[in-house]
Amino acid sequence: MLRTGGTRLAAPALRRLLGERAQPGLAAAGARAYHERVVDHYNNPRNVGSFDKDDPNVGTGLVGAPACGDVMKLQIRVDEGTGKIVDACFKTFGCGSAIASSSVATEWVKGKQMEEVVTIKNTEIAKHLSLPPVKLHCSMLAEDAIKAAVKDYEAKKAKLGDGPAEKAAEA
Amino acid sequence: MALARRLLPLFLRRGGPLPRLTPARALSTAALPADAPAADEDDDAITIKGVRISGRPLYMDMQATTPVDPRVLDAMLPFYLSQYGNPHSRTHLYGWESDAAVETARAQVASLVGADPREIFFTSGATECNNIAVKGAMHFYRDRRRHVITTQTEHKCVLDSCRHLQQEGFDVTYLPVRPDGLVDLAQLRDAIRPDTGLVSVMAVNNEIGVVQPLEEIGRLCRETGVHFHTDAAQALGKIPIDVNQMGIGLMSLSAHKIYGPKGVGALYLRRRPRIRVEPQMSGGGQERGIRSGTVPTPLVVGFGAACEIASREMDYDERRVSALQRRLLDGIRARVDDVVINGSMEHRYSGNLNLSFAYVEGESLLMGLKEVAVSSGSACTSASLEPSYVLRALGVDEDMAHTSIRFGIGRFTTEAEVDRATELTVHQVLKLREMSPLYEMAKAGIDIKSIQWSQH
Repeated sequence: MLRTGGTRLAAPALRRLLGERAQPGLAAAGARAYHERVVDHYNNPRNVGSFDKDDPNVGTGLVGAPACGDVMKLQIRVDEGTGKIVDACFKTFGCGSAIASSSVATEWVKGKQMEEVVTIKNTEIAKHLSLPPVKLHCSMLAEDAIKAAVKDYEAKKAKLGDGPAEKAAEA
Repeated sequence: MALARRLLPLFLRRGGPLPRLTPARALSTAALPADAPAADEDDDAITIKGVRISGRPLYMDMQATTPVDPRVLDAMLPFYLSQYGNPHSRTHLYGWESDAAVETARAQVASLVGADPREIFFTSGATECNNIAVKGAMHFYRDRRRHVITTQTEHKCVLDSCRHLQQEGFDVTYLPVRPDGLVDLAQLRDAIRPDTGLVSVMAVNNEIGVVQPLEEIGRLCRETGVHFHTDAAQALGKIPIDVNQMGIGLMSLSAHKIYGPKGVGALYLRRRPRIRVEPQMSGGGQERGIRSGTVPTPLVVGFGAACEIASREMDYDERRVSALQRRLLDGIRARVDDVVINGSMEHRYSGNLNLSFAYVEGESLLMGLKEVAVSSGSACTSASLEPSYVLRALGVDEDMAHTSIRFGIGRFTTEAEVDRATELTVHQVLKLREMSPLYEMAKAGIDIKSIQWSQH
């Protein structure tokens, strides 16, 4: 009996039955499951890469610490005239949720004004990715990374402000 | 009985030495339990926890548990189906035959560790053994002995038992280990006090696989008159153990780490000189009152059979496993740089390979290695976000402790599985490094330790 049961498991009908029985259990036991969006961003991360951090139009945010198991680097390229973020990229050392959070962050900041992106809240990222409580810090890190990138860009501009930009205005 | 007749020949049918592996494969892949993940109809893909896996992952987590050897199952089945008597029944054949089987198993376990069968007490597993050994021994000798010595890299159940003793007013010394994971004998000698009742040092570490110098520790304990307890759950059947040569007084053993069934273990308690423990459970006084409760005959028989097989095949297994370990390590190192082995390579059980991949976080690596069942040395996955306490005890940097993966190789691991695991690991590590800001910095010559990180 057991023997035939074993071979019959492979039959589609029984498998379907098993599947239907297993599904509700899965949903209930899925407390530690990754949301499909996290898996998608982990498997196909958007905008991985680096810009030249010395480029005056690039802002770089580097947050987290290796000892904590998460480091995020998020970079934005800003159009000087309009203040719009034309491109963004990231590199992340961290768990799947951290990678997904930063991947989402780069998607969300692209094409937006800088004033707009600093209002992105970690809760929105966490909600989008259905992060469990223990992974909330990943979304906070992503929020920090966006703010740090914008701050870095503004600091760069302020520094250069005494330089070519103002000189050009004076002339 | 019809069930038994049809079932037994299936498992009993075995060919020569080579097909031995085939039934194990078939058992591990075909026998899906009822609540197994749903399998898609069109192919063999499995979707579980939101992750799609193309088939059952290959198993490389032999420190967590091992599959039951089909020969062990052969030995067990009659005791489920026809000889199901309670071994403590004294009035009929069913009881007598079960009792005889239990005593045979006791002798098989004892023989593997060079003990007398009367020194073996069956329990539910190594955790229970550790509890009886650590708490039971200290409770028994509480009048004169108030101090326990253990190491920082022990299994949680030993550490937790010690913590419990501390709450009761006992003193506990948690010895640090050297960077290679081994106990410093001089430090151990210094830690022993006149009122030390127990030294508990595990034989083979579950996370990093290092083998402690049992013989030296045993000698030291004998000289100082302190009982020596060792948790040998990961060592039994894998490295030679001789309780007399190693001066072991108490020892915890487990069946499911050596291709036996889950739910059974054994405590070794020396008779000469006699070591006594206070039972942790009240009941009918089975197992000479050390561990009350009906002895589970089929499990115990399986444990005995597993020990018997291990005693015959230990050398063969060791040669195979160490060749596979070498193959895995060489395969990974050939294509990935900055791979660090955690724990001594010289004093190590070769079925354990704990590697840190610098600049790649362990949990994300595990997420990408869904087709390989391995474990992260870091406890991140248990939601504590803390790196492994064992690696921390070795003095591994916190960032490196976050990057470790434990590969477990066993009797039924094949070369093809090792090659596939190598391939997937290399692919994933390279992909994640491409994504890692730390790897980028390291390649640009920036010292990661020189950066002021914002701790959060």
